[in-house]
Amino acid sequence: MPSSTHLPKPRGPLSEQALAALVGSGPFPDHLADVDTSQPDPEDAALTLWTLHELCYRGFAEVDDGREWEPGVVRLRRELEVELEARLRSRWPGPPAYDGDFADSFLAAMEEHDGPSLARYVQRDATVDDVLELLQARSLYHLKESDPVSWAVPRLPVGPRAGLMELQYDEYGGGRPDRLHARLFADGLASVGLDPTEGAYLDQTPLAVLEQNNAMSLFGLNRRLRGAALGHLAAFEATSSQPSRRMAQGMERLGMAEPMRSYYLEHVEADAVHEQLAARTICGALLEAEPELEADVWFGAFTCLDGEDRTAAHFLERWGDR
Amino acid sequence: MSEPTTDTGADTGADSTTPDVIVCAGGPLLLRGDHLVCDEDGTPHRTHRPISALCRCGSSATKPWCDGTHKLIPDKQRP
Repeated sequence: MPSSTHLPKPRGPLSEQALAALVGSGPFPDHLADVDTSQPDPEDAALTLWTLHELCYRGFAEVDDGREWEPGVVRLRRELEVELEARLRSRWPGPPAYDGDFADSFLAAMEEHDGPSLARYVQRDATVDDVLELLQARSLYHLKESDPVSWAVPRLPVGPRAGLMELQYDEYGGGRPDRLHARLFADGLASVGLDPTEGAYLDQTPLAVLEQNNAMSLFGLNRRLRGAALGHLAAFEATSSQPSRRMAQGMERLGMAEPMRSYYLEHVEADAVHEQLAARTICGALLEAEPELEADVWFGAFTCLDGEDRTAAHFLERWGDR
Repeated sequence: MSEPTTDTGADTGADSTTPDVIVCAGGPLLLRGDHLVCDEDGTPHRTHRPISALCRCGSSATKPWCDGTHKLIPDKQRP
């Protein structure tokens, strides 16, 4: 089945040349002319990296599937990943000091995090248009919910591999396509009049959201970053249950359609389970087998929290200006 | 093939190292597998996920299941 995702509009010289090369007839060039990939414009670079990562997920209607592993594509992807990882690491203060059990300390650290909250805003103050704009941005991830960390599965020792699959089985609907979380989100989008096609809102997706998605793909697609992939997952799950309730309450306040509220209500209960699993039977089990990965687990967790803070700051500033 | 022993964990699905019930400090009780949970009013609730989290703090809005509300309770009052 050909991909239903379409290429985005370029946002600068890098994405312009890369997108043109992807749909062109010749091989993807080893070096794009006149573009410095070591210090690109952040938004131009983020969109280009998102596009190259997408070749590993569902691909694009206009792009030959064989491009995924073309040397020029892999080279550019790697250059942009190196630049992204350096930026993410430069934001990270380093692993915290703690006494006692990793999982309990991890969950306590996630509870202590107090960033700007989009869910609180949706619960109390947002308009329908605000929520629709947020859902459009969220769709980039939620339509491939849980997919980025699935790349990590074969890269894990036995204990955390089993633990991750137990969680993923729930995320993927327990064998029922109609319960797959990405499908629940797509049904929710359609119920509020939005387009559930992947990439439908790519062109208006802000830098902070592109970067959140790129970080997850970076962690998932690079085996050496498996610790960060699982740490990111654990932080995501640990900060989802209560905010999901607030999202559902805000949508109820605004009279928005039931399938979209149901998606968030499902996550109140599911993520109360998943946060425990992610901290204990996944990250905890990983660190029993590979204790040297602990700093990366914290790095991944920080990147998750920091990425969400940046996205929240973007939208709250935008909506606050009205 | 090794000789059969009385510990047939792999055959029965029971595994001596993987708990079926996990008590989470300050949080819920995790239940692995299918269970019929009877709440304090005597109402039965069938689990519907591979692992379920049972409220231990008493404050969940979705009892008997955990909804993360224990995080809003002062440390000393948490289970």
